[in-house]
Amino acid sequence: MGGPSVTAAVELSGVTKRFGDVVAVDNIDLAIADGEFFAMLGPSGCGKTTTLRMIAGLEFPTEGSLQIFGDEMGTLPPNRRPVNTVFQNYALFPHMSVRENVSFGLRMQGMSKSETASRTSTLIELVQLGGMEKRKPDQLSGGQQQRVALARALVNEPKVLLLDEPLGALDLKLRQEMQDELKTLQRELGVSFVFVTHDQEEALTMSDRIAVMHEGRLLQVGSAEEIYERPSNRFVADFIGQTNLIDGTVADRDTIVLANGSKVAATTGHVAGTSVAMSLRPEAMHIGRPEDIPATHATSSLTGTVTEVNYLGVALVYRIAVDWIELEVRAPTVSEVDRLKPGETASVWWARETAQVVAD
Amino acid sequence: MAGENITEPRGATKWLLRANASFVYIFFYIPILVLIVFSFSDNRNVGVWGGFTLDWYRDFAESDNTREALWNSVQIGLVATVISVVLGTASALALERFKFRGRAVFDALLYLPIIIPDVTMAVMMLLFFSEAAELFGFSKGFATITLSHIAFSISFVSVVVRARLGGMNDRLEEAAMDLYATRWQAFRYVTLPLIMPGILGGGLLALTLSLDDVVITQFVTGPGWTTLPVYVFGLIRKGVTPLINAVSVVMLVASTILVVLSLIAQRIRGGDTV
Amino acid sequence: MTDTTTRDDSADAAAVATPELEAVNERQKRRRGLWLALPAWVYLAVFFAIPLAIVFVYSFATRNRFGGTDLSGWNLDSYRALGGDLVRAVLVRSVVLAVITTVICLVISYPFAYFMATRSTRTRNLMLVMVMIPFWTNFLVRNYAWYVILGTDGPLSTITETVGLGETRFLFTQTAVVLGLVYGFLPFMILPLYASIERIDGRLLEASRDLYATGAQSFRRVLLPLSMPGIVAGSILVFIPSLGAYVTPVILGGAKTTLLGGYIVTQFLEARNWPFGAALSSVLMIIMLGATVVYFRKGGQTL
Repeated sequence: MGGPSVTAAVELSGVTKRFGDVVAVDNIDLAIADGEFFAMLGPSGCGKTTTLRMIAGLEFPTEGSLQIFGDEMGTLPPNRRPVNTVFQNYALFPHMSVRENVSFGLRMQGMSKSETASRTSTLIELVQLGGMEKRKPDQLSGGQQQRVALARALVNEPKVLLLDEPLGALDLKLRQEMQDELKTLQRELGVSFVFVTHDQEEALTMSDRIAVMHEGRLLQVGSAEEIYERPSNRFVADFIGQTNLIDGTVADRDTIVLANGSKVAATTGHVAGTSVAMSLRPEAMHIGRPEDIPATHATSSLTGTVTEVNYLGVALVYRIAVDWIELEVRAPTVSEVDRLKPGETASVWWARETAQVVAD
Repeated sequence: MAGENITEPRGATKWLLRANASFVYIFFYIPILVLIVFSFSDNRNVGVWGGFTLDWYRDFAESDNTREALWNSVQIGLVATVISVVLGTASALALERFKFRGRAVFDALLYLPIIIPDVTMAVMMLLFFSEAAELFGFSKGFATITLSHIAFSISFVSVVVRARLGGMNDRLEEAAMDLYATRWQAFRYVTLPLIMPGILGGGLLALTLSLDDVVITQFVTGPGWTTLPVYVFGLIRKGVTPLINAVSVVMLVASTILVVLSLIAQRIRGGDTV
Repeated sequence: MTDTTTRDDSADAAAVATPELEAVNERQKRRRGLWLALPAWVYLAVFFAIPLAIVFVYSFATRNRFGGTDLSGWNLDSYRALGGDLVRAVLVRSVVLAVITTVICLVISYPFAYFMATRSTRTRNLMLVMVMIPFWTNFLVRNYAWYVILGTDGPLSTITETVGLGETRFLFTQTAVVLGLVYGFLPFMILPLYASIERIDGRLLEASRDLYATGAQSFRRVLLPLSMPGIVAGSILVFIPSLGAYVTPVILGGAKTTLLGGYIVTQFLEARNWPFGAALSSVLMIIMLGATVVYFRKGGQTL
């Protein structure tokens, strides 16, 4: 990111967090723009939650600069940062009513009673909890608790809202509803939402940009499309969506030698001799008999034997054994007579640009 | 909580288990009932029924000795409870929420008073206060008894409060800080209300232990100072009269009230006990 | 809780994080913990650790002719005296009675705790409360109640006489002492046993039955090993106080049945042989510490 730009809502430079000998977050640089819906995605233990907690001030970095709207946060405690958090499982105060939960932040800031009351009411209406002010958290459904947690954070008008696995505790249907609601809410309020999730689908559907983390490192930051279609390395390709990873070695700019010696064409982007993997999405491949391979795709095809065919309604999933690997191919359903059957020889081919070459 | 309940066995085993359970409860409660019944018995022999009377309770109320002993017990119990609640709660917070130098040693030191036998503790306190009395010149009585009671009560309070703190979601304190509470405010408005049942429970336990103690008190008391249990114990050794039945029932009722209060305290809602 | 906002507001709060700052922060946090623990730390050091040490010191001191103790001329006489006939008789009797008490408690409590674990949550809680009430009621009173029941012409004797069994004379016997100890310490056995049995997944027992174990095998191979921490904890919690019991033997055992606890008390309040009493206490304490080590080795947790 060169040149002067608008001040980022959150900017991390060279941020590292060590717990004893364990490096939880490893030298991260990251800038989150104002008004952005930003996801941090990764498997558990990848450092995403620690990063969020550092932004909130619940954890201090071991090293590095952490700025919020240009102000260094360093070791500032959470109560002095202009951000609020929606905790995993909400962490609602069980001994307080909905109203007391929502107004907590304002009361702690010493806001006047009337102002506190009116802002609390506004937020309770905003998250559609009118009439439930007197209830205790355990008298609410999961979705309602989620809304209280949101209102409790948003009532403080944070400059950035942090959400830690906010939808993790909800069942599927509710989760989808809340995804839409969160998205709408974010657009209306115009503040940055930074949310942590291990659910790639959630990250892909909701966010403007996604940061993929693994073992404390930031592997790739980009839009959903960029991350899905142009993964920067093997982990990202494997973690986001389903894919076939085929090991090989770069021969030259346009050729990869696969483990069985066959050559395939691909934009390699790495120097000759680098071991790489070629990522092929199951739905990006065509399947047919060897004679069906278009002449133009001779160097972007593989041939093997069908081992399994699974019917999924709209699609058929084939498993095809090619020498040393097994490929998964997803193709539109065709009538039973036209289907390839287990044991038959099958070929797959793909458009050259859909094959992504990723290094480890 | 892992897994499912153990299912009840069938056949003879089932009935043996039930019989055993009934036996346990009969065993627990029969003596208490007997004691209550005979405290109303108009007979100088403590175990023989001689018609209904309230004389023994009247004697109890009119006896200066018992009244004074009771008052001593109450004073000691209250002071010891308040101090051990403060110290025990603070140590529970330190152990559950912080790492600090000497934590392991402190933890072990806190356990000892719970497992050490009464008699040993009594001997310890006796020798300690004898030495101290020689050095500083004070007389034994209220202070020595109270100090001894605190010495074992801190640990019990600490254990009970720690259990409560352990069951509390520590994200709640973070949430409070995230919502602009200072550390003190987070403690005052979130942690304290949520562990209050534990503090009350621990306090009532401390009070009960103080009101129960015979051995330690007997060792560290001075001339003219006696608590109700020590007084009763002395009476029993001298030769029993039905007055003891009445005093016992009063003590029984007092401790039952404390149990019930503590159970209510434990039930007060609050805190996700995960 | 001395520090609140003041430390938060330190000027360097908004500095860029460095390992040095993190270390300073960590130290501050530790110091806060230490401050919280300090009052109890100091209290227990003064009123528990020092007294404990004094007992050990006294056990090596000499009893003078006036029944006082000379803190000089350190020797092992008090420990040698432990080999005396009377002491040995008391020790053996104490251990035997404590073992008997522990075994009886275990035999009664295990099926009881098991039964409790098979009940619904509501019933369990009620059952637990019903165990807790006698546990919390005055120990002295509970022992005295047995004195009333067992006494000459007492209710038990009256009953046995009425049904033609003749009068019973339990009071001031070892049987009465064991009865009193079992009555006093039964909850100490029930609670840890229940805690460990309740945690066992019932499906494990079903699985063992499914794998052809008989009821007895399933008990011996699955239930018993899994509940072992509770058995160990309960046994220690009953054995230790039984060994040191004083009130129960005095009330129910009379003069003839002196146990270790009572014998120690006698050394201080009557015989005025403090060094010997201190040595006896030290022995009791060492047994207790040994048992505690076993307890934690077996993976026990506190009550």
